[in-house]
Amino acid sequence: MRIIVCIKQVPDTEELGKVKINPATNTLKREGVSSIINPFDENAVEEALRLRERKGGKVTALSMGPPQAEEALRKTLAMGVDRAILLSDKAFAGADTLATSYVLAVAIKKIGEFDLILSGKQAIDGDTAQVGPGIAEWLSIPQLTYIRKLEVNDNKVRAERVLEDSFEVVETSLPCLVTVTKDINEPRYPSLRGLLKAKKEEIPIWSCHDLSVERKRVGADGSPTQVIKIFTPQPPGKGEILSGEISEVADRLIREIKKRKIV
Amino acid sequence: MDFALNDDQKMILELVDEVSEKEFAPRADEISAKGEFPAENIKKLTELDLFGITIPEKYGGLGMDYLTWTLVSERISRACTTTGLIFGTNLLCTYPLLQFGNEEQKKKYLPPLAKGETLGAFALTEPEAGSDAGNVQTTAIKEKDSYVLDGTKIFITNGEVAGTYIIIANMDRARGPRGLTAFIVEKGNPGFTFGQHFDKMGLSALPNVELIFDNCRIPSENLLHKEKRGFRVAMRTFAAGRIGVGIGALGVAEAAFEKAREYSKERVQFGRSISSFQAIQHILADMATGIETAKYLLYRAAWLLDQNEPFEKISSMGKLYASEVAMKVATKAVQVFGGYGYTKDYPVERYMREAKLFEIIEGTSEIQRGVIANFILKE
Ligand SMILES: Cc1cc2nc3c(=O)[nH]c(=O)nc-3n(C[C@H](O)[C@H](O)[C@@H](O)COP(=O)(O)OP(=O)(O)OC[C@H]3O[C@@H](n4cnc5c(N)ncnc54)[C@H](O)[C@@H]3O)c2cc1C
Ligand SMILES: Cc1cc2nc3c(=O)[nH]c(=O)nc-3n(C[C@H](O)[C@H](O)[C@H](O)COP(=O)(O)OP(=O)(O)OC[C@H]3O[C@@H](n4cnc5c(N)ncnc54)[C@H](O)[C@@H]3O)c2cc1C
Repeated sequence: MRIIVCIKQVPDTEELGKVKINPATNTLKREGVSSIINPFDENAVEEALRLRERKGGKVTALSMGPPQAEEALRKTLAMGVDRAILLSDKAFAGADTLATSYVLAVAIKKIGEFDLILSGKQAIDGDTAQVGPGIAEWLSIPQLTYIRKLEVNDNKVRAERVLEDSFEVVETSLPCLVTVTKDINEPRYPSLRGLLKAKKEEIPIWSCHDLSVERKRVGADGSPTQVIKIFTPQPPGKGEILSGEISEVADRLIREIKKRKIV
Repeated sequence: MDFALNDDQKMILELVDEVSEKEFAPRADEISAKGEFPAENIKKLTELDLFGITIPEKYGGLGMDYLTWTLVSERISRACTTTGLIFGTNLLCTYPLLQFGNEEQKKKYLPPLAKGETLGAFALTEPEAGSDAGNVQTTAIKEKDSYVLDGTKIFITNGEVAGTYIIIANMDRARGPRGLTAFIVEKGNPGFTFGQHFDKMGLSALPNVELIFDNCRIPSENLLHKEKRGFRVAMRTFAAGRIGVGIGALGVAEAAFEKAREYSKERVQFGRSISSFQAIQHILADMATGIETAKYLLYRAAWLLDQNEPFEKISSMGKLYASEVAMKVATKAVQVFGGYGYTKDYPVERYMREAKLFEIIEGTSEIQRGVIANFILKE
C-alpha cells in the first residue's frame, strides 16, 4: 500500500499556558515553546505503519510548516516511516485551512499514485478539523472522518466512525482519506535504531517553485479566513474551593450537589 | 576533561526519560506489591532496542559505548529498580560473551540478546560459594565432545526468564579458583532445571531462582574461553557488572532523594514547610552531594572501560560508594517523610528495602573494600 500521512507540528500541550498570541498578526508566538507532533497525527503515523506491516508498501510523511517542522518529520522517520517531505516557503505563511489543504493536495499529486491518505482528526492548536476533509475535496476522493477502527481489505475500506455518544460503521473504497482519533491505536515510541537512522536521513524541502501551485491560492493571499480578534474567554462562573477535614468537605459537597439538584 | 553529552546521547536519553517517566515509574509500586515479572516493561525495552546498546552492529546491536549504556540504565533504574536490575543483569551475559566468546559463539548468542528476544543471566553463587567465589562446587566433567555439569546455583537473577546463561563450574575442585570454568548453557538443555524462587526483603518482582544441573550435558563448543580459566571470566564480568549494579543503586538514590525533596517542600509543621528547617536542609544537601559523587565515579568507570583502560578499581569504588549512598539516602528519605515514610502509602520504604540489596550483590561492601585495597597497595 502507498500511504501518505499528513502531520502538523504544534506547541507542546504541556506548555500551552506559555503560548502567547501576537496581537498585531493574530498568530501564535511560538518562540520559547517546545513543539510536538500533533498527538492525533502520531496515531495516524502508527496506523500507517501497522498497515504497512500487514500489507507491505511505503509510508510517506508530509508536513507544511516552517523549517523547524523538520524536527517533527524526523520523529516520524524514527518511528519508521519510509520518507518524509517538508513543504516550506515564506509564501505559505498565514495559510488558513483552505490554503493549507490546497498546498498539501498539490504536493500529494506531485508524490504521485497513492492508496490512502491519513491525517489526525484535528490539530490541537488550530482545532478546526478541516484540513483532512479539505485535502479529500481538492483531490476528489472519499473521506472518512473521526475513525477509531480501520480495516482495509483489497480495495475496500471499512471503518468505525465516532459520533457524539455512539459510532457508525462506514465503508468506502481506495483511494480515500481517513482522519483518526486517539482511540484507534497506541502510537509506538521511536526505537534507538530508528532515531540514529532518522538523524542521517535527508528530508527534501519543497517550496513554491517545486510545486505547481497557483500563487494566489497559497498562504495569506489564498486564505479567505481572516482572524479579526483572538481572546481567552472568561470562565462562565467562579468555582468554589471547599477545604477542611475530608469528611466535612465531603458532607458539604453532597449538600451542595443536592441543593443545586445536580443529581 | 569533557563532561558534555554528545548529540546521540542527548537524543537517546530524551527518549529513555520519556518512556521511563510515562511507562515505568507509574507502575513501579504495583509491580513490587504484586511481585509479578514486569514483562510489559521488558517488551518496551526491547522495542526501543535498548538491549543492543553495547553490542556491535555485526552481532545485531547498535555498537554504542558503555557510558551510553550506563546513562540509560540510570534512567531506567530511577523509574523502576526492578526493571533496571533485569536490564543490568543482561550485561553479565553479553559482556563475557563479547570479551571471551569465539566468533561462532558471538554470532549464535549475541543477536537474540541484542534484540531482547532472549534475556541473559550469570551464575556463580552457590550455598558454599558467595564471597568465596573460588569455592564453586558445581562440577564440569569433559566427556568426549561434551561437558557434564552437576550442582546447584542460588539467587540467580533473571533465572527462569533468561534464555542464555553463563555458568561458572569447577573442573578441579581441589584447586579452587584455578579449576573454575565458564560455560554457555541454554534454557531447555536436558538436565538443566529451576528450583526454588527466593522470597526477598524487597524487589519481589525480580526473579531470583535456584538453577539445578543434574547430569546436564552440553556440547563442548559451549565452553566459554578456556578450561580452568573461568575465574578470570568471572572477575572481568564482575568488574564490568559493578558499573551496572552501582548505577542501579544510584537510580534508587536519585528516586528516593527526589521524593524526599518534594515532600519536604509540601509537608508543613510548626506553621512552615519542613524544608525550612536546617536539619532537613542538611539531610537533603548530604543526599545530593552523595548522589553527585557516586555518579561521576560510575561515569568515569564506564568511560575508562570504553577507552580500553583499566577500569576495575574505579568500578569497585563506584559500586561500593553508590550502594552505600543509596542505603543512606533511602534511609534518610524515610526519615524526611516521618511516620508516613514508614507506611506503604509512599514509595520511600520500598526504596529502603531495595537499596539494601546493592550493598550485597556483585561483591559485598566488605569484599569491595578488599578489592580496592588490593589495587591501591599494589600501585
Ligand atoms: C489561533 C488561531 C486561529 C485560527 N483560526 C482559523 C480559522 O478560524 N479558520 C481557518 O481556516 N484557519 C484558522 N487558523 C489557521 C489554521 O489553524 C491553520 O492555518 C491550518 O493550516 C490548520 O488548521 P488546523 O490547525 O485547524 O488543523 P486541523 O484541520 O484541525 O488538522 C487536521 C489534520 O490535518 C493535518 N494538517 C493540518 N495542518 C497541517 C499541515 N500544516 N501540514 C500537514 N498536515 C496538516 C493533520 O493531520 C491534522 O491532524 C488559525 C490559526 C491560529 C493559530
Ligand atoms: C537478590 C540477589 C540477586 C543475586 N543475583 C546473583 C546472580 O545473578 N548471580 C550470582 O552468581 N549471584 C547472585 N547473587 C548472589 C550474591 O552475589 C551473593 O549473595 C554475594 O556475593 C554474597 O555472598 P553470600 O550471600 O554467600 O554471603 P557471604 O559470602 O556468606 O557473606 C556473609 C558476610 O560475610 C562477609 N564476608 C565474607 N567473606 C569476607 C571476607 N573475606 N572479609 C570480610 N567480610 C567477609 C560478607 O561481606 C557478608 O557481610 C544474588 C544475591 C541476591 C540476594
